[in-house]
Amino acid sequence: MKKSVLLGALSVAGVAAGVASAGTLDDVKARGKLNCGVTTGLVGFAAPDANGEWKGFDVDVCRAVAAAVLGDGSAVEFVPTTGKTRFTALASGEIDLLARNTTWTFSRDVDLKFEFVGVNYYDGQGFLVPKELGVSSAKELDGATVCIQTGTTTELNLADFFRSNNISYEPVPIETNAEGQQQYLAGACDAYTTDASGLASTRATFEDPSAHVILPEIISKEPLAPLVRHGDNEWGDVVRWTLNALIAAEELNVTSANVGELAAGTENPEINRLLGTEGTLGEMLGLDADWAQKAITAGGNYGEIFAKNIGETTPIGLARGLNAQWTDGGLLYAPPFR
Amino acid sequence: MSDQNNKPAVAFVREQPIPASPPPTSASGPVRWLQENLFPTWGNALLTVISLYVIYVVLSSSLPWILGGVWNTSSLAECREVLDGRSAACFSVLRERWNQLMFGFKYPPEFYWRPILAFFLMLVAAAPVLFPDLPRKMLVFTGLYPFVAFWLIWGGTILSPLLALAGCVLGYLAYSKWVSRSFAAGFFGGIAVAFVVWWLGGLLIPEGASDNAMLPAVASRDLGGFMLNMMLGVTCVSLSVPLGIALALGRQSDLPIVKGICVIFIEFIRGVPLITLLFVASVMLAYLFPPDATVDLFLRVVIMITMFSAAYIAEVIRGGLAALPKGQKEAADSLGLDYAQAMRLIILPQALKISIPGIVNVAVGLFKDTTLVSVISMFDIVGMIRGPILASTEWNGVYWELFLFAAVLFFVVCYSISQYSQWLERRLETDHR
Repeated sequence: MKKSVLLGALSVAGVAAGVASAGTLDDVKARGKLNCGVTTGLVGFAAPDANGEWKGFDVDVCRAVAAAVLGDGSAVEFVPTTGKTRFTALASGEIDLLARNTTWTFSRDVDLKFEFVGVNYYDGQGFLVPKELGVSSAKELDGATVCIQTGTTTELNLADFFRSNNISYEPVPIETNAEGQQQYLAGACDAYTTDASGLASTRATFEDPSAHVILPEIISKEPLAPLVRHGDNEWGDVVRWTLNALIAAEELNVTSANVGELAAGTENPEINRLLGTEGTLGEMLGLDADWAQKAITAGGNYGEIFAKNIGETTPIGLARGLNAQWTDGGLLYAPPFR
Repeated sequence: MSDQNNKPAVAFVREQPIPASPPPTSASGPVRWLQENLFPTWGNALLTVISLYVIYVVLSSSLPWILGGVWNTSSLAECREVLDGRSAACFSVLRERWNQLMFGFKYPPEFYWRPILAFFLMLVAAAPVLFPDLPRKMLVFTGLYPFVAFWLIWGGTILSPLLALAGCVLGYLAYSKWVSRSFAAGFFGGIAVAFVVWWLGGLLIPEGASDNAMLPAVASRDLGGFMLNMMLGVTCVSLSVPLGIALALGRQSDLPIVKGICVIFIEFIRGVPLITLLFVASVMLAYLFPPDATVDLFLRVVIMITMFSAAYIAEVIRGGLAALPKGQKEAADSLGLDYAQAMRLIILPQALKISIPGIVNVAVGLFKDTTLVSVISMFDIVGMIRGPILASTEWNGVYWELFLFAAVLFFVVCYSISQYSQWLERRLETDHR
């Protein structure tokens, strides 16, 4: 292996010469594959299954974009990234799109020079407590011990919340989610706090999940959003409108089951424009007319993706909550397709 | 007084010795052993009792957990159903994800035989290096092994490993031709020839040569599991020992530039944490190359870990060199040996023998350090456990079983290395201490 690897380096360096950076959309089309950054593993959001097939909520966003651009939801090269490598992987061009439960914040958007294309999951920090504690609101947690991951925004949010409600708590610092889970089960703390989706998936792994409740208070805003590099607006538009197409499809009752039927033409002009039987929306994006139809066929509309990966029928069992359509009292609101 | 009766009237004379009777039970056998080793004093007796109690407590809680483990379910929830409240291990995860733990989740399953074959060939190739009694001709295979293993694991066109082999052989020929003139000419000449061969050959290999190769190509990104730990460990140890020797000798050199370079290299690398070097390998280098054409991540990591352990091995060997009396070098000089001969025949065999424990120490540490690659999103065995397996809906929550398994694998390998080094030390022992 010794020197032959060196050889590989040499030959690769030879090939390296002169890769002009065209638009990302053209790059993806020329490559025939979408390089999509995902997490190395987060229950329900992205993880390879026993056959090595990537599955999850974020993964389906990647597949939808690949289907819209390339017509094939499996034409994705998943690049696993950690919390530490994700931004450099995107900035250096190793990946075209990062769909990795990343919170949309000001500094990431402005200072790190990324473009968040829209929220695909509204998360927020919550509390998990044993049922036998008899607590029904976070405001009753006066004097409680709370397991908290150190060095995260959740720590600051927690301090803010308790101070503004004028109650006291005792923090039990932990390092990772796995440790927090063990400490909480061992009774080292009365409550465990982290993002609500994380709490739900943590609770799902307990021997008796029904003995624990997630309190109704959500004390921070964590909008998780896919992101692309600054400065390539055509590509940003493609990803943004693919996500919007999935959301709009749910609102318009277009599902992976009936999309083929509806694509033949309907009475509803908005559906027709979305699915490309009317207007030239696909052409404006630089894609085929039936781009949204392909994206929806790949994994279903937003509601289907949610239900399949993290919804109430899965072990994770997340309710739609904030992630319901605006017509159902949630925050999902796709701009009109016209 | 004159009665000289020599035969007094004796009733009985024993003519044979009494057969030895067994010692009293208190002076031998298990009782004696217990008394001597476990209960010689009150204090020791107390310690024995406490230790027995601790062992009992540990075993009584862990043995039922291990022996009562469940092997045949397909998710943690099913495990819990089967166990029905009983506390026992859920080893099903090892059975169901065995291939992922061993090979990562992307290595094509129909090619698993390739790394397995490479592993057994490695044992054959390592044998003549590790055991001096084996026939020396086996070293030919050891020399060919890196190229064979590369071809087996990565696949692709056979031209690449052949070209690499050709470069090495021609480089060696150039070295042996010029080394009689001077060592430096041979050394650098050989390296230059090898690089020229690789460069020219690299231009000759056609673009799509790997497409229809006998062994289909597997990308580095698809490697994973314990296989990745083994590959990184073996490659980096075997590369860093020669590099470490060179650095140690360079540091002792009288030539100021050589000495300076070696000192700066060693001190810089030793002053930086390995994890930093790995981040540089995975993150920083991506900025330096154009996108789509980065140097293989596996290669970058190999370079970084090799540099790191070479610096440590260099210091270990320098200790061995410093332990030799000055007379050894002077004796070599007086025999008319030149520098290379003196080092090869007199100095290094003794210095390396002294350094064995230290080198093994570094090698074991390096092998365990290969798990650090999980933080730069490579899926070694720890990366597989922490990422894909614990993040699957089936197995989220299985910590003990998985990490215990990884610990056992590492223990087996590291303990073997340590036993081998002790055997080697005993065998090489020539001084009579």
